[in-house]
Amino acid sequence: MMRNPYRTQKIAFFFMFLATLLIVVPVGLIVVVIIQKGLPAINWQFLTDIPRQGMRAGGIFPAIVGTVYLVLGAILFALPIGLMAAIYLSEYARDNFLTRMIRLAIVNLAGVPSVVYGLFGLALFVVFFKFGVSILSGSLTLAIMILPIIITTSREALESVPYSFREVSYSLGASKWQTIRNIVLPNAIPGILTGTILGLGRAAGETAPILFTVAAFYLPQLPGSILDQAMALPYHLYVISTQVPNVDEKVRYGTALVLLTLVLFMNLVAIIIRYQFRKKKKW
Amino acid sequence: MMRKFKEFIIEKLILISGLASIFFVVLIFLFLLKEGLAVFKTVSPFAFLSGKSWYPISEPAQLGILPLILGSLLVTLGATLISVPIGVACAVYISEVAPAKIKEFLKAGIELLAAIPSVVLGFIGMVTLVPWVKILFKLPTGLTALTGSIMLAFMAMPTIVSIAEDALYSVPKTYKEGALALGATQWQTIWRVLLPAASSGILAAVMLGIGRVIGETMAVMMITGNAALMPHTIFQPVRTLTATIAAEMGEAVVGGEHYFALFAIGIVLFVISFAINVTADLFLHQKK
Repeated sequence: MMRNPYRTQKIAFFFMFLATLLIVVPVGLIVVVIIQKGLPAINWQFLTDIPRQGMRAGGIFPAIVGTVYLVLGAILFALPIGLMAAIYLSEYARDNFLTRMIRLAIVNLAGVPSVVYGLFGLALFVVFFKFGVSILSGSLTLAIMILPIIITTSREALESVPYSFREVSYSLGASKWQTIRNIVLPNAIPGILTGTILGLGRAAGETAPILFTVAAFYLPQLPGSILDQAMALPYHLYVISTQVPNVDEKVRYGTALVLLTLVLFMNLVAIIIRYQFRKKKKW
Repeated sequence: MMRKFKEFIIEKLILISGLASIFFVVLIFLFLLKEGLAVFKTVSPFAFLSGKSWYPISEPAQLGILPLILGSLLVTLGATLISVPIGVACAVYISEVAPAKIKEFLKAGIELLAAIPSVVLGFIGMVTLVPWVKILFKLPTGLTALTGSIMLAFMAMPTIVSIAEDALYSVPKTYKEGALALGATQWQTIWRVLLPAASSGILAAVMLGIGRVIGETMAVMMITGNAALMPHTIFQPVRTLTATIAAEMGEAVVGGEHYFALFAIGIVLFVISFAINVTADLFLHQKK
């Protein structure tokens, strides 16, 4: 029997379409459900009050503040190192064994399970450096975790600056560093910014690395210094979903919505910057 | 002169930062070893890896992580079986079949999924997937290995789809044109030419997807039930390596046997993820 190749094609395409729907539809549904069920919980008090009645009422303000501190702290450490590492790879590194090792290390750093980062942060920052369970320890742990994202995206941004720009700068007598500073970096800023914001979003959403390095179960006040413990949004969502019985579903969805909004907002900003940059790009 | 000196310093700083990633990978491994190897004073590595009971707080503590390894393997195997066919099919659809406008929309959807924090997906899994599995399979609890597999398959999709799509995209256009010119249908071209040509990249996509699944912590801890018992079927609660660390480190005393044992689990996870990433990297850069 001859098989009709076009019918086979139709069937194959149909199943591939189905597979695609199977991924994309739940994504849409998840976002819609969280918005729909979380929105009724969102009001001024929810966003600005401390948790009350064993986290069953009140607000999530300390968790929001904690996450903001953690994310800012992480970027403070990760951006300078990540950017300089990207400059090294894009401007200085030759195609040799060392460079291959660095690339492999970045790939591995990106693949280390998030909970292993938590262990590492606990052993190095909390115990060995005696920073204790603190914002400092948590920020440093998150910083190392987002380093690969920042290096990879910044490197791409730097490498996308045409080589001719550099040649013109050299021909005018500028040194290598002057060229990097005045020509390459300014042209790569949107790409670097995109990577930084994506890193921020990742740091804001991760729970496992902060479990043993910073997160406080319940802390009805704001942290006073970087050596204090803090609540954090993702950990708070975990706590009220699994550790505290009889929390109103509205509060859970509300917390999930705030976290999701924060993370998606940052991703959206990154996408807009990237889009604007591509549109304006003249080379 | 001053400027020369300043540039010298800056360039040295850049070189040092360039080496930072190597430094951190080594540092992570060393600190895991430093804290984790101490457990082998009380339990032999063989007994640790093949012991069937994990009772870290009983007297004396029983530190066998075989149930946890099997828990991780079972959940990962399930997730791989679900996510690989669906993920690769989706990648082919996006890269070869979907019209340009829909393509961008679908890619945005996949990126959106990658951005959702795992604790949010774990929460959603708890309130939707867990009761569904319970009712559908008439089980006493919906917190099972199967539930974890389904959720993890979903979470591995962005990795599998985007890397497999890159692999398909990087197949030279001439291959496709050649096949079509010989009268092959679009599907025959995909099945006989594109997929084989992109196979090493797709394999890397699958491996990195598996790496993502094994390392996933929060969602898996929230929906697999966390029973550290030898698993027999996918319809029972299991506990993974990652969930064990996350759930128990809070109670472990720093410098105690339990603490060391959890770090030793960390070593196992680190070695697994290292092996997966190095192999995947070899596949990805095979041809260059």
